[in-house]
Amino acid sequence: MRFAMAIDTKKCVGCSDCVVACQTENAVPIGYCRDWIVEVNDGTYPRLEMEIRSERCNHCSNSPCVRCCPTGASHYDYGGTVLVTPHKCIGCGACIASCPYDARYTHPKGYVDKCTFCVHRVKEGLPPACVAVCPTKCLYFGDTDDPRSEVSQVLKKRKYKRLIPEAGTNPNLYFLI
Amino acid sequence: MREELIISGRMNPMVDPILNIWHWQIPLYLFLGGVAAGILFFASLYYIMGRERKYAAAIKWAPMLTPFLLILGLGALFLDLNHKAFFWQLYLTIRLESPMSWGAWTLLIITPLSVIWSATWLRELKPDIHWKYPIMDEWESYFIKHRLVIAWIMLISAVILGVYTGILLSAFNARPLWNTSILGPLFFASSLSTGAAVIMLMAKSHLERNIFSRIDLMMIGIELFLIVHMFMGFQASTQVQIDAANMFLGGPFTEVFWIFVVFIGLIIPAFLEVLELLGFKIPIVITSSLVLTGGLFLRFIIVYAGQASRYLY
Repeated sequence: MRFAMAIDTKKCVGCSDCVVACQTENAVPIGYCRDWIVEVNDGTYPRLEMEIRSERCNHCSNSPCVRCCPTGASHYDYGGTVLVTPHKCIGCGACIASCPYDARYTHPKGYVDKCTFCVHRVKEGLPPACVAVCPTKCLYFGDTDDPRSEVSQVLKKRKYKRLIPEAGTNPNLYFLI
Repeated sequence: MREELIISGRMNPMVDPILNIWHWQIPLYLFLGGVAAGILFFASLYYIMGRERKYAAAIKWAPMLTPFLLILGLGALFLDLNHKAFFWQLYLTIRLESPMSWGAWTLLIITPLSVIWSATWLRELKPDIHWKYPIMDEWESYFIKHRLVIAWIMLISAVILGVYTGILLSAFNARPLWNTSILGPLFFASSLSTGAAVIMLMAKSHLERNIFSRIDLMMIGIELFLIVHMFMGFQASTQVQIDAANMFLGGPFTEVFWIFVVFIGLIIPAFLEVLELLGFKIPIVITSSLVLTGGLFLRFIIVYAGQASRYLY
Protein backbone atom coordinates (compact mmCIF):
# COMPACT_ATOMS: atom_id res chain seq x y z
CA MET A 1 0.00 0.00 0.00
CA ARG A 2 1.33 3.43 -0.95
CA PHE A 3 -0.79 6.44 -0.06
CA ALA A 4 -0.48 9.48 -2.30
CA MET A 5 -2.40 12.62 -3.14
CA ALA A 6 -3.08 14.25 -6.47
CA ILE A 7 -3.89 17.97 -6.56
CA ASP A 8 -5.62 19.35 -9.63
CA THR A 9 -4.04 22.77 -10.18
CA LYS A 10 -6.62 23.47 -12.91
CA LYS A 11 -9.51 23.09 -10.50
CA CYS A 12 -8.02 24.56 -7.30
CA VAL A 13 -9.24 28.10 -6.67
CA GLY A 14 -7.10 28.72 -3.59
CA CYS A 15 -10.02 29.12 -1.17
CA SER A 16 -7.95 27.76 1.78
CA ASP A 17 -10.79 25.52 2.92
CA CYS A 18 -8.33 22.60 3.12
CA VAL A 19 -6.13 24.67 5.45
CA VAL A 20 -8.99 25.47 7.82
CA ALA A 21 -10.36 21.90 7.72
CA CYS A 22 -6.93 20.55 8.67
CA GLN A 23 -6.53 23.00 11.52
CA THR A 24 -9.96 22.06 12.87
CA GLU A 25 -9.65 18.30 12.42
CA ASN A 26 -6.17 18.02 13.88
CA ALA A 27 -6.42 20.76 16.53
CA VAL A 28 -3.44 22.50 14.94
CA PRO A 29 -2.31 25.26 17.34
CA ILE A 30 -3.24 28.79 16.31
CA GLY A 31 -0.61 30.37 14.09
CA TYR A 32 0.55 27.05 12.65
CA CYS A 33 -0.26 25.29 9.37
CA ARG A 34 0.09 21.71 8.19
CA ASP A 35 -1.08 22.60 4.68
CA TRP A 36 -1.01 25.82 2.71
CA ILE A 37 -1.81 27.35 -0.69
CA VAL A 38 0.85 28.54 -3.12
CA GLU A 39 0.05 30.87 -5.99
CA VAL A 40 2.50 31.09 -8.89
CA ASN A 41 2.21 34.04 -11.24
CA ASP A 42 4.15 33.81 -14.46
CA GLY A 43 4.68 36.30 -17.28
CA THR A 44 3.92 40.00 -17.68
CA TYR A 45 0.59 41.77 -18.21
CA PRO A 46 -1.43 41.05 -20.32
CA ARG A 47 0.13 37.62 -20.87
CA LEU A 48 -0.22 36.17 -17.42
CA GLU A 49 -0.49 32.61 -16.24
CA MET A 50 -1.44 31.46 -12.80
CA GLU A 51 -1.10 28.16 -11.01
CA ILE A 52 -2.60 27.43 -7.61
CA ARG A 53 -1.37 24.55 -5.51
CA SER A 54 -2.61 23.15 -2.22
CA GLU A 55 0.60 21.88 -0.56
CA ARG A 56 1.44 19.77 2.46
CA CYS A 57 3.94 17.12 3.56
CA ASN A 58 4.90 14.97 0.56
CA HIS A 59 5.16 11.76 2.63
CA CYS A 60 8.29 11.05 0.62
CA SER A 61 9.34 7.49 -0.09
CA ASN A 62 12.95 8.51 0.59
CA SER A 63 12.34 10.94 3.42
CA PRO A 64 15.30 13.03 4.53
CA CYS A 65 13.45 13.70 7.79
CA VAL A 66 13.31 9.99 8.64
CA ARG A 67 16.96 9.59 7.67
CA CYS A 68 18.17 12.51 9.79
CA CYS A 69 16.07 11.81 12.89
CA PRO A 70 18.49 10.67 15.65
CA THR A 71 15.88 8.87 17.75
CA GLY A 72 13.58 7.22 15.23
CA ALA A 73 10.66 9.48 16.20
CA SER A 74 10.14 10.29 12.52
CA HIS A 75 9.24 7.03 10.87
CA TYR A 76 7.37 5.35 8.01
CA ASP A 77 3.94 4.17 9.05
CA TYR A 78 0.65 2.81 7.67
CA GLY A 79 0.61 2.98 3.87
CA GLY A 80 3.98 4.71 3.66
CA THR A 81 2.88 7.80 5.57
CA VAL A 82 5.66 9.66 7.40
CA LEU A 83 4.69 10.25 11.03
CA VAL A 84 6.27 11.59 14.22
CA THR A 85 5.98 9.84 17.59
CA PRO A 86 5.77 12.76 20.07
CA HIS A 87 7.19 10.89 23.07
CA LYS A 88 10.26 9.85 21.07
CA CYS A 89 10.92 13.31 19.63
CA ILE A 90 13.58 15.42 21.38
CA GLY A 91 12.84 18.56 19.38
CA CYS A 92 16.34 18.86 17.93
CA GLY A 93 15.06 20.32 14.65
CA ALA A 94 17.10 18.02 12.38
CA CYS A 95 13.99 16.91 10.47
CA ILE A 96 12.80 20.50 10.06
CA ALA A 97 16.17 21.51 8.60
CA SER A 98 16.20 18.43 6.37
CA CYS A 99 12.76 18.98 4.76
CA PRO A 100 13.07 20.75 1.38
CA TYR A 101 9.32 21.52 1.49
CA ASP A 102 9.41 23.17 4.95
CA ALA A 103 6.40 21.02 5.84
CA ARG A 104 7.29 20.59 9.52
CA TYR A 105 7.14 22.83 12.55
CA THR A 106 7.79 22.61 16.28
CA HIS A 107 4.54 22.21 18.20
CA PRO A 108 4.25 24.63 21.17
CA LYS A 109 4.53 21.53 23.39
CA GLY A 110 8.07 20.95 22.06
CA TYR A 111 7.80 18.02 19.69
CA VAL A 112 7.80 18.24 15.90
CA ASP A 113 4.45 18.09 14.13
CA LYS A 114 3.25 17.85 10.54
CA CYS A 115 0.59 16.55 8.14
CA THR A 116 -0.34 12.92 8.84
CA PHE A 117 -2.48 12.38 5.71
CA CYS A 118 -5.19 12.20 8.46
CA VAL A 119 -4.18 8.60 8.97
CA HIS A 120 -6.66 8.30 11.86
CA ARG A 121 -9.51 9.02 9.41
CA VAL A 122 -8.04 6.95 6.60
CA LYS A 123 -7.89 3.89 8.87
CA GLU A 124 -11.65 4.27 9.35
CA GLY A 125 -12.23 4.45 5.60
CA LEU A 126 -12.69 8.24 5.54
CA PRO A 127 -10.74 10.61 3.29
CA PRO A 128 -8.31 13.11 4.87
CA ALA A 129 -10.07 16.24 6.18
CA CYS A 130 -8.68 18.49 3.42
CA VAL A 131 -9.94 16.11 0.72
CA ALA A 132 -13.35 15.78 2.36
CA VAL A 133 -14.07 19.51 2.43
CA CYS A 134 -12.58 20.65 -0.88
CA PRO A 135 -15.45 22.52 -2.62
CA THR A 136 -14.03 22.05 -6.14
CA LYS A 137 -13.12 18.38 -5.53
CA CYS A 138 -9.58 19.08 -6.72
CA LEU A 139 -7.89 16.74 -4.20
CA TYR A 140 -7.62 13.00 -4.86
CA PHE A 141 -6.32 10.70 -2.17
CA GLY A 142 -5.67 6.98 -2.35
CA ASP A 143 -3.37 4.04 -2.86
CA THR A 144 -1.09 4.24 -5.90
CA ASP A 145 -0.28 0.53 -5.59
CA ASP A 146 -3.92 -0.17 -6.43
CA PRO A 147 -4.51 0.55 -10.15
CA ARG A 148 -8.27 0.90 -9.56
CA SER A 149 -7.98 3.63 -6.93
CA GLU A 150 -9.18 7.12 -7.82
CA VAL A 151 -5.70 8.59 -7.50
CA SER A 152 -4.15 5.92 -9.76
CA GLN A 153 -6.87 6.51 -12.35
CA VAL A 154 -6.41 10.26 -12.42
CA LEU A 155 -2.62 9.93 -12.63
CA LYS A 156 -3.04 7.64 -15.62
CA LYS A 157 -5.25 10.14 -17.46
CA ARG A 158 -3.61 13.44 -16.64
CA LYS A 159 -0.18 15.04 -16.92
CA TYR A 160 1.38 15.81 -13.60
CA LYS A 161 4.52 17.13 -11.92
CA ARG A 162 6.06 16.60 -8.53
CA LEU A 163 7.80 19.30 -6.48
CA ILE A 164 11.62 19.29 -6.56
CA PRO A 165 12.10 15.59 -7.25
CA GLU A 166 15.76 16.56 -7.83
CA ALA A 167 16.10 16.79 -4.04
CA GLY A 168 16.04 13.00 -4.14
CA THR A 169 13.08 12.62 -1.81
CA ASN A 170 10.75 10.67 -4.10
CA PRO A 171 7.69 12.74 -3.08
CA ASN A 172 4.12 11.42 -3.14
CA LEU A 173 2.16 14.59 -3.93
CA TYR A 174 1.26 14.80 -7.60
CA PHE A 175 0.23 18.15 -9.07
CA LEU A 176 -2.03 17.70 -12.11
CA ILE A 177 -1.18 20.26 -14.77
CA MET B 1 8.51 37.46 -14.34
CA ARG B 2 7.70 34.54 -12.07
CA GLU B 3 6.71 34.84 -8.47
CA GLU B 4 5.71 32.08 -6.09
CA LEU B 5 3.80 33.13 -3.00
CA ILE B 6 2.09 31.35 -0.14
CA ILE B 7 -1.33 33.00 -0.21
CA SER B 8 -3.13 31.07 2.53
CA GLY B 9 -0.86 32.54 5.17
CA ARG B 10 1.73 30.20 6.56
CA MET B 11 3.84 31.68 9.30
CA ASN B 12 5.03 28.64 11.23
CA PRO B 13 7.37 29.95 13.94
CA MET B 14 11.07 29.27 13.25
CA VAL B 15 10.27 28.02 9.72
CA ASP B 16 8.78 31.05 7.95
CA PRO B 17 9.65 33.31 6.24
CA ILE B 18 13.08 31.68 6.19
CA LEU B 19 14.18 28.71 8.23
CA ASN B 20 15.49 29.76 11.65
CA ILE B 21 15.29 26.54 13.62
CA TRP B 22 18.89 26.62 14.85
CA HIS B 23 20.17 29.64 16.74
CA TRP B 24 23.45 30.47 18.51
CA GLN B 25 23.54 27.18 20.44
CA ILE B 26 24.35 24.95 17.46
CA PRO B 27 27.26 26.95 15.97
CA LEU B 28 28.66 27.50 19.47
CA TYR B 29 28.55 23.75 20.11
CA LEU B 30 30.07 23.01 16.68
CA PHE B 31 32.92 25.36 17.57
CA LEU B 32 33.52 24.07 21.12
CA GLY B 33 33.21 20.44 20.04
CA GLY B 34 35.60 21.16 17.17
CA VAL B 35 38.23 22.74 19.44
CA ALA B 36 37.95 19.82 21.89
CA ALA B 37 38.21 17.30 19.04
CA GLY B 38 41.32 19.08 17.73
CA ILE B 39 43.05 19.12 21.11
CA LEU B 40 42.21 15.50 21.90
CA PHE B 41 43.30 14.42 18.41
CA PHE B 42 46.77 15.88 18.92
CA ALA B 43 46.95 14.66 22.54
CA SER B 44 46.22 11.05 21.65
CA LEU B 45 48.20 11.06 18.40
CA TYR B 46 51.38 12.37 20.01
CA TYR B 47 50.94 10.16 23.05
CA ILE B 48 50.70 7.11 20.80
CA MET B 49 53.82 8.32 18.98
CA GLY B 50 55.61 8.59 22.35
CA ARG B 51 56.21 12.36 22.33
CA GLU B 52 55.13 12.86 25.94
CA ARG B 53 58.15 14.94 26.98
CA LYS B 54 58.42 16.96 23.82
CA TYR B 55 54.77 18.02 23.56
CA ALA B 56 53.71 18.46 27.19
CA ALA B 57 51.08 21.10 26.44
CA ALA B 58 49.44 19.04 23.71
CA ILE B 59 49.35 15.80 25.66
CA LYS B 60 48.94 16.94 29.26
CA TRP B 61 47.78 20.52 29.74
CA ALA B 62 45.53 21.46 26.85
CA PRO B 63 43.32 18.33 27.25
CA MET B 64 42.47 19.57 30.74
CA LEU B 65 40.36 22.25 29.07
CA THR B 66 38.42 19.79 26.96
CA PRO B 67 35.99 18.48 29.62
CA PHE B 68 34.89 22.09 30.16
CA LEU B 69 34.62 22.78 26.43
CA LEU B 70 32.62 19.60 25.85
CA ILE B 71 30.30 20.09 28.81
CA LEU B 72 29.69 23.70 27.81
CA GLY B 73 28.97 22.54 24.25
CA LEU B 74 26.65 19.80 25.47
CA GLY B 75 24.86 22.38 27.61
CA ALA B 76 24.34 24.53 24.52
CA LEU B 77 23.02 21.51 22.61
CA PHE B 78 20.61 20.72 25.41
CA LEU B 79 19.36 24.31 25.45
CA ASP B 80 18.61 23.99 21.76
CA LEU B 81 16.26 21.03 22.21
CA ASN B 82 12.56 21.90 22.19
CA HIS B 83 11.39 18.69 23.87
CA LYS B 84 14.05 18.62 26.56
CA ALA B 85 12.50 16.09 28.93
CA PHE B 86 12.89 13.40 26.25
CA PHE B 87 16.60 13.91 25.44
CA TRP B 88 17.39 10.39 26.73
CA GLN B 89 15.59 8.96 23.69
CA LEU B 90 18.91 9.61 21.88
CA TYR B 91 20.43 6.77 23.85
CA LEU B 92 17.75 4.15 23.29
CA THR B 93 18.69 3.66 19.65
CA ILE B 94 21.62 3.77 17.27
CA ARG B 95 20.65 5.14 13.89
CA LEU B 96 23.53 4.74 11.47
CA GLU B 97 21.88 6.94 8.81
CA SER B 98 21.58 9.90 11.17
CA PRO B 99 24.80 11.86 11.81
CA MET B 100 23.19 13.34 14.91
CA SER B 101 22.84 9.85 16.39
CA TRP B 102 26.53 9.18 15.65
CA GLY B 103 27.42 12.45 17.33
CA ALA B 104 25.34 11.75 20.42
CA TRP B 105 27.03 8.38 20.94
CA THR B 106 30.51 9.75 20.21
CA LEU B 107 29.97 12.49 22.79
CA LEU B 108 28.91 9.85 25.29
CA ILE B 109 32.32 8.17 24.78
CA ILE B 110 34.64 11.13 24.38
CA THR B 111 33.34 13.32 27.22
CA PRO B 112 34.11 10.84 30.04
CA LEU B 113 37.38 9.90 28.32
CA SER B 114 38.45 13.54 28.29
CA VAL B 115 37.77 13.72 32.04
CA ILE B 116 39.70 10.49 32.69
CA TRP B 117 42.58 11.57 30.45
CA SER B 118 42.88 14.91 32.25
CA ALA B 119 42.67 13.25 35.67
CA THR B 120 45.57 10.91 34.89
CA TRP B 121 47.83 13.91 34.33
CA LEU B 122 46.67 15.93 37.36
CA ARG B 123 49.37 14.50 39.62
CA GLU B 124 52.07 15.89 37.34
CA LEU B 125 50.57 19.33 37.73
CA LYS B 126 50.03 19.01 41.49
CA PRO B 127 52.11 16.18 43.01
CA ASP B 128 50.51 16.35 46.48
CA ILE B 129 47.02 15.57 45.21
CA HIS B 130 44.74 13.58 47.54
CA TRP B 131 41.66 11.82 46.25
CA LYS B 132 38.81 11.72 48.72
CA TYR B 133 38.25 7.97 48.48
CA PRO B 134 41.01 5.34 48.32
CA ILE B 135 39.28 3.65 45.38
CA MET B 136 40.11 6.76 43.31
CA ASP B 137 43.83 6.01 43.75
CA GLU B 138 43.27 2.52 42.39
CA TRP B 139 41.35 3.89 39.43
CA GLU B 140 44.02 6.47 38.82
CA SER B 141 46.80 3.91 38.62
CA TYR B 142 44.58 1.64 36.51
CA PHE B 143 43.92 4.38 33.97
CA ILE B 144 47.55 5.52 33.96
CA LYS B 145 48.54 1.94 33.15
CA HIS B 146 46.06 1.83 30.27
CA ARG B 147 46.72 5.26 28.81
CA LEU B 148 47.60 3.81 25.43
CA VAL B 149 44.21 2.12 25.07
CA ILE B 150 42.45 5.34 26.10
CA ALA B 151 44.57 7.26 23.60
CA TRP B 152 43.53 4.98 20.74
CA ILE B 153 39.81 5.20 21.55
CA MET B 154 40.16 8.96 22.00
CA LEU B 155 41.96 9.34 18.68
CA ILE B 156 39.18 7.57 16.78
CA SER B 157 36.37 9.37 18.58
CA ALA B 158 38.13 12.75 18.13
CA VAL B 159 38.25 12.15 14.36
CA ILE B 160 34.56 11.17 14.34
CA LEU B 161 33.65 14.21 16.46
CA GLY B 162 35.65 16.58 14.25
CA VAL B 163 34.26 15.24 10.99
CA TYR B 164 30.67 14.70 12.12
CA THR B 165 30.12 18.36 12.95
CA GLY B 166 30.48 19.01 9.21
CA ILE B 167 28.72 15.84 8.03
CA LEU B 168 25.81 16.73 10.30
CA LEU B 169 25.10 19.74 8.11
CA SER B 170 25.97 18.16 4.77
CA ALA B 171 23.39 15.40 5.38
CA PHE B 172 20.63 17.96 4.87
CA ASN B 173 20.07 17.90 1.14
CA ALA B 174 17.21 20.37 1.62
CA ARG B 175 19.73 23.19 2.26
CA PRO B 176 21.89 23.51 -0.86
CA LEU B 177 24.70 25.37 0.94
CA TRP B 178 25.19 22.54 3.45
CA ASN B 179 24.72 19.80 0.90
CA THR B 180 28.40 19.43 0.04
CA SER B 181 30.71 16.71 1.31
CA ILE B 182 33.49 19.32 1.59
CA LEU B 183 31.96 20.53 4.88
CA GLY B 184 33.20 17.39 6.69
CA PRO B 185 36.90 17.87 5.87
CA LEU B 186 36.56 21.67 6.13
CA PHE B 187 35.18 21.52 9.67
CA PHE B 188 37.73 18.86 10.62
CA ALA B 189 40.60 21.00 9.30
CA SER B 190 39.18 23.97 11.18
CA SER B 191 38.88 21.92 14.37
CA LEU B 192 42.52 20.79 14.09
CA SER B 193 43.56 24.38 13.42
CA THR B 194 41.66 25.79 16.41
CA GLY B 195 42.88 22.89 18.59
CA ALA B 196 46.46 23.67 17.56
CA ALA B 197 45.82 27.36 18.39
CA VAL B 198 44.86 26.47 21.96
CA ILE B 199 47.92 24.22 22.30
CA MET B 200 50.14 27.05 20.98
CA LEU B 201 48.71 29.34 23.65
CA MET B 202 49.48 26.87 26.43
CA ALA B 203 52.86 25.63 25.20
CA LYS B 204 55.79 26.68 27.37
CA SER B 205 58.62 25.40 25.19
CA HIS B 206 59.59 27.27 22.07
CA LEU B 207 59.93 24.00 20.16
CA GLU B 208 56.39 22.87 20.84
CA ARG B 209 54.94 26.27 19.97
CA ASN B 210 56.91 26.27 16.77
CA ILE B 211 55.73 22.80 15.73
CA PHE B 212 52.07 23.61 16.39
CA SER B 213 52.43 26.90 14.62
CA ARG B 214 53.59 24.93 11.56
CA ILE B 215 50.72 22.47 11.92
CA ASP B 216 48.30 25.39 12.17
CA LEU B 217 49.81 26.98 9.07
CA MET B 218 49.32 23.74 7.18
CA MET B 219 45.69 23.47 8.35
CA ILE B 220 45.01 27.06 7.28
CA GLY B 221 46.39 26.20 3.85
CA ILE B 222 44.09 23.17 3.66
CA GLU B 223 41.09 25.25 4.78
CA LEU B 224 41.72 27.89 2.11
CA PHE B 225 42.05 25.15 -0.48
CA LEU B 226 38.78 23.54 0.65
CA ILE B 227 36.91 26.87 0.71
CA VAL B 228 37.97 27.64 -2.85
CA HIS B 229 36.98 24.13 -3.92
CA MET B 230 33.62 24.40 -2.17
CA PHE B 231 32.71 27.50 -4.17
CA MET B 232 34.07 26.03 -7.39
CA GLY B 233 31.93 22.96 -6.82
CA PHE B 234 28.83 25.07 -6.16
CA GLN B 235 29.38 27.21 -9.24
CA ALA B 236 29.56 24.09 -11.39
CA SER B 237 26.46 22.55 -9.82
CA THR B 238 22.69 23.08 -9.94
CA GLN B 239 20.94 26.45 -9.83
CA VAL B 240 20.11 26.21 -6.13
CA GLN B 241 23.77 25.60 -5.31
CA ILE B 242 24.87 28.45 -7.57
CA ASP B 243 22.41 30.63 -5.61
CA ALA B 244 23.86 29.30 -2.35
CA ALA B 245 27.39 30.21 -3.45
CA ASN B 246 26.22 33.63 -4.57
CA MET B 247 25.21 34.43 -0.99
CA PHE B 248 28.98 34.57 -0.40
CA LEU B 249 29.98 36.01 -3.76
CA GLY B 250 28.11 39.29 -3.69
CA GLY B 251 25.13 38.30 -1.55
CA PRO B 252 24.33 39.12 2.09
CA PHE B 253 27.08 36.97 3.62
CA THR B 254 29.91 38.26 1.41
CA GLU B 255 31.50 40.84 3.71
CA VAL B 256 31.16 38.94 6.96
CA PHE B 257 32.55 35.73 5.46
CA TRP B 258 35.50 37.07 3.50
CA ILE B 259 36.51 39.60 6.18
CA PHE B 260 35.99 37.63 9.40
CA VAL B 261 36.58 34.04 8.31
CA VAL B 262 39.01 34.26 5.41
CA PHE B 263 40.95 37.46 6.10
CA ILE B 264 40.97 37.75 9.91
CA GLY B 265 40.65 34.04 10.67
CA LEU B 266 42.93 32.52 8.02
CA ILE B 267 45.10 34.92 6.01
CA ILE B 268 46.31 37.22 8.81
CA PRO B 269 47.20 34.36 11.23
CA ALA B 270 48.93 32.51 8.39
CA PHE B 271 50.92 35.66 7.62
CA LEU B 272 51.86 36.07 11.30
CA GLU B 273 52.90 32.42 11.53
CA VAL B 274 55.12 32.77 8.47
CA LEU B 275 56.71 35.89 10.00
CA GLU B 276 57.33 33.96 13.20
CA LEU B 277 58.96 31.10 11.32
CA LEU B 278 61.21 33.68 9.67
CA GLY B 279 62.37 34.77 13.12
CA PHE B 280 60.18 37.79 13.92
CA LYS B 281 58.72 38.00 17.45
CA ILE B 282 54.94 37.82 17.21
CA PRO B 283 52.87 37.55 20.41
CA ILE B 284 51.30 34.11 20.20
CA VAL B 285 48.09 35.31 21.83
CA ILE B 286 47.31 37.44 18.76
CA THR B 287 47.73 34.59 16.29
CA SER B 288 45.81 32.11 18.44
CA SER B 289 42.89 34.38 19.16
CA LEU B 290 42.55 35.28 15.47
CA VAL B 291 42.44 31.58 14.54
CA LEU B 292 39.84 30.89 17.23
CA THR B 293 37.74 33.89 16.17
CA GLY B 294 37.85 32.69 12.56
CA GLY B 295 36.75 29.19 13.59
CA LEU B 296 33.83 30.58 15.59
CA PHE B 297 32.71 32.85 12.74
CA LEU B 298 32.98 30.00 10.24
CA ARG B 299 30.50 27.91 12.27
CA PHE B 300 28.09 30.79 12.82
CA ILE B 301 28.09 31.89 9.19
CA ILE B 302 27.72 28.40 7.74
CA VAL B 303 24.85 27.54 10.12
CA TYR B 304 22.93 30.78 9.47
CA ALA B 305 23.62 30.98 5.72
CA GLY B 306 22.70 27.31 5.27
CA GLN B 307 19.28 27.93 6.77
CA ALA B 308 18.76 30.80 4.34
CA SER B 309 19.55 28.62 1.31
CA ARG B 310 16.63 26.66 -0.10
CA TYR B 311 14.87 25.04 -3.06
CA LEU B 312 11.33 26.41 -3.02
CA TYR B 313 9.58 29.80 -2.90
